[in-house]
Amino acid sequence: MNIITCLKMVPDVVEELEVGPDGKSLDTQWLRLRLSEPDEHALEQSLLLKEKHGGKVTVLAFEAPELEEALFTALAKGADRAIKFTGDFSGLGGPVAAQILSSFLRSNPQLLTADTLILTGSQAIDDLEGELSPCLAEKLGFPFIGVVTGIEFDPERKKAVVLKEFAGGLRGEFEVPIPAVLGIQAAEKPPRYVPVAKVRSAMKSMKIEPREVPRPDSLGRLPVEQLYKPEVAGMAEMIEGSPSEIAGRLVEILSKRALA
Amino acid sequence: MKTGILVIAEQLRGKLTDTTFEMLGIGREIATVLELPLHAVLLGKGSASLFSQLGAADSVFVLDGASLEMPTADAIAASITNLLNKKPATLILIPGTNIFLGVGPILSGRTEMPFVNFCKDLQIKDHAAILTCQLFGGKIFADIRLPENRGIVSIYPGSFSPEPGRSGRVPPVETIEVGREETKVTFKRFIEPEAGDVNITQQDVLVAVGRGIQSQDNLHLAEELATALGGAVCASRPVIDQGWLPLSRQVGKSGMIVKPKLYLALGISGAPEHTEGMKGAQLIISINTDPKAPIFNVSHYGVCQDVLEILPLLTEELKTQKVRG
Ligand SMILES: Cc1cc2nc3c(=O)[nH]c(=O)nc-3n(C[C@H](O)[C@H](O)[C@H](O)COP(=O)(O)OP(=O)(O)OC[C@H]3O[C@@H](n4cnc5c(N)ncnc54)[C@H](O)[C@@H]3O)c2cc1C
Ligand SMILES: Nc1ncnc2c1ncn2[C@@H]1O[C@H](COP(=O)(O)O)[C@@H](O)[C@H]1O
Repeated sequence: MNIITCLKMVPDVVEELEVGPDGKSLDTQWLRLRLSEPDEHALEQSLLLKEKHGGKVTVLAFEAPELEEALFTALAKGADRAIKFTGDFSGLGGPVAAQILSSFLRSNPQLLTADTLILTGSQAIDDLEGELSPCLAEKLGFPFIGVVTGIEFDPERKKAVVLKEFAGGLRGEFEVPIPAVLGIQAAEKPPRYVPVAKVRSAMKSMKIEPREVPRPDSLGRLPVEQLYKPEVAGMAEMIEGSPSEIAGRLVEILSKRALA
Repeated sequence: MKTGILVIAEQLRGKLTDTTFEMLGIGREIATVLELPLHAVLLGKGSASLFSQLGAADSVFVLDGASLEMPTADAIAASITNLLNKKPATLILIPGTNIFLGVGPILSGRTEMPFVNFCKDLQIKDHAAILTCQLFGGKIFADIRLPENRGIVSIYPGSFSPEPGRSGRVPPVETIEVGREETKVTFKRFIEPEAGDVNITQQDVLVAVGRGIQSQDNLHLAEELATALGGAVCASRPVIDQGWLPLSRQVGKSGMIVKPKLYLALGISGAPEHTEGMKGAQLIISINTDPKAPIFNVSHYGVCQDVLEILPLLTEELKTQKVRG
């Protein structure tokens, strides 16, 4: 199998996010980036497919802060190649990124074979203009399905049977001919852990392949009027004190409502 | 031809979803201000019993040829693109649900109308549509002004009340031939949620754990608290994806919608995909080390502390309380 996995760095929301001086974008000064969570799953699912059916996993990403570490981690976990698009991509929207990726793939036919499966994350937390995956599928003329949580690949029939999540725990089974683009929500197994030492050794023995891409004329972004932190509705009454005082106060609240 | 506002109705297994009525409610409001007609779109024939519930719209377009059974994103986008050739529209509201994920970007590519994701509020100011979108797990909002009020907007479920969108009026219906669209992805069957050991939708008390619980080894702390309260443990997505708890315990967009008397959110950030499933709880108490965690915006009481520290104390306190009677 020829598996291509698209990786994207996003702000770590466990950190405080600040709006930049333009009032329209995030302040990048203190921004810490991490690999988008669904992408961890897309990578894991790619590696599981490779282990089962053989083939190669190629990870693709646009240059971003802290990306190198994520790419070497992917290599250490078992990806075969890591390709990084170099250039200025700040503020790149999903649909335009899809355009760049599809032209790149089209000009590299060894990456676009009859048994190609392109896995992306299902949806990123900054996805204002829409997901990249369906756009990429459209550009390549491949079928697409998103919110995928399981893939059964049938090499003989060149088909994949995939599970898509709906709501309330309900899922649907769909049949998708290969090549295809799949948006992964969760891999069949939790993403594997790789020790730092292995990442370090990947840094020594493996290479990230840079590919220069000119900055597109239009980033395809929506006109943002303003970016801001939601006003805390003042709804939650914050309980303060020492941990045991807090525990006491909580029990009091629960008792009053006959919940304790 | 007079253009209008389209609301794309969503149904799952023969039932219109709440998001459909949310969109109709806000759609009606916008249509009135902009003085445009509001049309609801039903994908697929054989849905006669459904159209009569869409009376908040001025009329209903039933797309003949579209498939009613679980259509794929490209099939939905193709039907709507064909509809637009016959019935032009400026503003299209689609549900921000898993079923519709992918429809907006494909439709946008085919029609060159801009697409806006994660919309949680829509207002008209001086005849301009201003959309408020929630990004970064609900930590940041973005206001977008749609040029010429033209665009495809994905409405985040639970953003508006569905009540104004419900109407007893039977709307006029027009059946529109959109042609059967070839889609390469075929729907095979539904897979029912596995019946879990506990049904979290039936519990009065839920102790919910998120990534902040840090490891599977700490789960017993939540179990002990749940036992002391006579409730059950449920979780956010990352806990389920790690395999620490079964899928039947997941709360949120892809999981269960719960409305218990008490929801204790422990180490949960409060991403919209999670709050979608629990904000209807009668009493929400959250413990999180991040004072800016969005979960506090939907909570009645908040505690900004290490959950691992508070949990055992709380369980202990409840037990002593019981002994004291
Ligand atoms: C299509 C789609 C469907 C989804 N469906 C669902 C769904 O059904 N359910 C769902 O939950 N999510 C769903 N998600 C994922 C959702 O977007 C969030 O990623 C998820 O809810 C985050 O879970 P969390 O709050 O546990 O983790 P995080 O966002 O990582 O938050 C962990 C929190 O714990 C706090 N914390 C850390 N340590 C401690 C400590 N010691 N004490 C106290 N607090 C601590 C941190 O401050 C942080 O706020 C879905 C996403 C998508 C794209
Ligand atoms: N700039 C990008 N570089 C690489 N992959 C991307 C990029 N943007 C989106 N993707 C992929 O598309 C998925 C969905 O992201 P988004 O389109 O932002 O919702 C991500 O999880 C990635 O797999």
